[in-house]
Amino acid sequence: MTEPRDAVELEGITKTFPGVVANDDVDLTVREGEIHAIVGENGAGKSTLMKILYGMQSPDDGVIRIRGDVVHFRSPKDAIARGIGMVHQHFMLADNLTVLENLVLGSEPRRGPALDFESARTRIVELGSLYGMPLDPDELVETLTVGERQRVEILKVLYRGADILILDEPTAVLVPQEVDELFKNLRRLKDEGVTILFISHKLEEVLAIADSITVMRQGRTVATVSPADVDVHQLAELMVGSELPTPETTESTVTDVVELSVVGLGSRNEDGRWDIEDITFDIHRGEVVGVAGVEGNGQSALVDTLLGVRRADAGSISLAGSDITEASTRDRRGAGVGIIPADRHRQGLLLPAPLWENAMLGHQWLVPYAKGPWVDKKGARDRTAEIIDRFGVIAPGPDVPAVALSGGNQQKLIVGREMIAEPSLLVAAHPTRGIDVGAQADVWDEIRNARRAGLAVLLISADLEELLGLSDTLYVIFRGRFVAQLDPRTVTPDELGAYMTGVGVSR
Amino acid sequence: MRRILLASLAPISAIVFSLIVASIALMLVGRSPITAFGAMWDFARTSTSVASMINRAVPLYISAVAVAVGFQMGLFNIGVEGQYLLAALFAGWVGGNIVLWAPLHIAVILAVAIIVGMTWSGIAGALKVTRGVHEVISTIMLNFIGFSVIAFLLLNYFKDPNGSSLNLATPPLPPSGQLPNLNWLFGALGFSEPRGIDLHGFAVFAIVVGVFYYLLVWRTRFGYELRASGINPGAARMAGVDPNRMIMNTMLISGGVAGLVGLAAVFGNLQSYTQDFPRNLGFNGIAVALLGRNHPVGMALGALLFGFMDRSALILDLKDTPKEVVTIMQGVVVLAVVIAYEVVNRFIERLEIRSAAEATREAVEGAAA
Repeated sequence: MTEPRDAVELEGITKTFPGVVANDDVDLTVREGEIHAIVGENGAGKSTLMKILYGMQSPDDGVIRIRGDVVHFRSPKDAIARGIGMVHQHFMLADNLTVLENLVLGSEPRRGPALDFESARTRIVELGSLYGMPLDPDELVETLTVGERQRVEILKVLYRGADILILDEPTAVLVPQEVDELFKNLRRLKDEGVTILFISHKLEEVLAIADSITVMRQGRTVATVSPADVDVHQLAELMVGSELPTPETTESTVTDVVELSVVGLGSRNEDGRWDIEDITFDIHRGEVVGVAGVEGNGQSALVDTLLGVRRADAGSISLAGSDITEASTRDRRGAGVGIIPADRHRQGLLLPAPLWENAMLGHQWLVPYAKGPWVDKKGARDRTAEIIDRFGVIAPGPDVPAVALSGGNQQKLIVGREMIAEPSLLVAAHPTRGIDVGAQADVWDEIRNARRAGLAVLLISADLEELLGLSDTLYVIFRGRFVAQLDPRTVTPDELGAYMTGVGVSR
Repeated sequence: MRRILLASLAPISAIVFSLIVASIALMLVGRSPITAFGAMWDFARTSTSVASMINRAVPLYISAVAVAVGFQMGLFNIGVEGQYLLAALFAGWVGGNIVLWAPLHIAVILAVAIIVGMTWSGIAGALKVTRGVHEVISTIMLNFIGFSVIAFLLLNYFKDPNGSSLNLATPPLPPSGQLPNLNWLFGALGFSEPRGIDLHGFAVFAIVVGVFYYLLVWRTRFGYELRASGINPGAARMAGVDPNRMIMNTMLISGGVAGLVGLAAVFGNLQSYTQDFPRNLGFNGIAVALLGRNHPVGMALGALLFGFMDRSALILDLKDTPKEVVTIMQGVVVLAVVIAYEVVNRFIERLEIRSAAEATREAVEGAAA
């Protein structure tokens, strides 16, 4: 074997977005045939850097070298031509096509005018056995597990001739057993000479798989280390600066007044299957109830049913003693239910509308946003300016469109508009997803302060640290049911993982 | 100032583009575009032509507003056509058969038109809410049903027994149901009064409809919820806006406004609902709504432009030039404006994001300093 050379060299990469410098003079060197992890908090600039490397975005400044050649990618096509492939966090597969059809989609092999599936099938079987990822090419993608789908995505990239593989938070959607399987696959790929860039913010995983680790913080690379030289704590310190952000609430503020009481709640989807079933829990004033679970296990159905956006087909919901099971969304919001939706773009904001119209969303019938049937523009603008000021939203003023704000500031605006209305129950779904560390700490502080003032909070999150740190009580949701009630002070991540993947509910 | 300039960039470039296409069409049939457009322009500048142009623009504008109300929340009411014809039939029939104190008489006619329009569009709204039938399908079907219902009612029940059997019509409006004309406006502004054509008094109601539309959409909570549902239905729902109620109310308002479209002719030159009542105003209203981008003033300018083109086309026949070239222009200008807006809007959005980003950076640096 020859001396390993550098597969990827990034030098002085800079990329700015409105209100944020996503990458600030970033240097990165990845040797041929290594697994190189890039770690950092949400919003540290990892994804942007990878999008630049994959040609999805062009840097404002800086040089990209692939195996020594300076390149300028205008689109992912150029990157693919250079042997770079990317597996996105969210799979881009057509469910109703077979594995084979998905793999060839976009680069269909032809023999004359006809598709040549036979040669593709042969290659896929070859690739699968070469890299230890056997897949039945004729199986429908919709029947595959999440782990298998990811394998299809990886094979798809390899099928296109990639030998530099970018994996964007590949473990985020996987259960622990599937993670082990993925790592086995990655090691095999490495043995076959594939270079792998592995993006993550899960430090244990990174230490287990990577040959070298680059840490990013606030758009910069702060260090490149070897996993042999660091432990989790040192790595975490590099990642967040001098100290870990501790979301831990100091003392219990739980009162004995029940604010929300849910009994036997169930909701069916259009196919008649129960998306959530038999869910029972109470939230007291001053209590944060956390819901842990792998995404897609009924969290969004739970939120929608609590908000009245979706029908409850079984059970009851009562808020401060009165039954709201049949109440409209509007009545529930009027009764003091605040919501930080999971997807701020799809459920939380009017992107092209000015901030003041966004601030009044969900409270549009209340003073100071409205005067009787009329919109009170002045009142709304003043209140928006107050939100911007009090919640540290970085924005030029209440008249700019929401689309001009960075994700973190959009999230702060949503948190601000809900908190300033002083709800009695806050349903917070992934309240800090995709926002930078500073904004995350602000949101946590807001939740903690409101909790002290007697707010009841339902916290749904994929960030275990957030859940364990903020929650007073923790439930685990699995396939639409609450399968465990745990004490966040004593539970271990392993225990939690077992329940989340269904291992802990063997009975 | 720059904002107005940017906003007019798209429609002006669209009009220029459609002039070019129409010129090519004219040259292909061996006519000089300059002579043709020159003749149209000269002919359109008389008081009579201006009155005619406004008369033509009034129903188009009201029709455009009816369509635009739906567009604000992504509802496409193609049924304005059927709604206004049916409403005009009932309004003409009721108006022709009663005699009341004049303001009350006119109010009754307006109310009948609005209620009939609402009923017809409400069927489409109810079908969508309860059965999930797409409003484009149901309103198209209701148009056809409406045409047949009109023919049946007019022939069997609503026709004027004393009228001509060649052109069936409802009884003419008695004097108490007639609106005065606005010809004096020309005199008041120092122009000669129009000859042979009156500037119909119903034009005032078009202005009322425009003001109503503006206040409703941009000043009321309902309008806010309407726009929010159009921009992001998911977010509006989370914010307590009931999508079904919104669909129903929007269809009712759209149909109510649509009901007024045909009154331009009932109060205007016809004074009744006739067998040869003006058609296609509902469909042309869609074009005007697109041209004016659902904006109250934009649609008014669009309706006037269409009125101008319709009126000035009359001169082309006399000049031995096919007047269908105007239809080509109307079609092209709508297509061109849709494309031009898309291009210009992307440009404006980029400018906005950039200036917001700059302002943000200044704010951050200011805070840091």
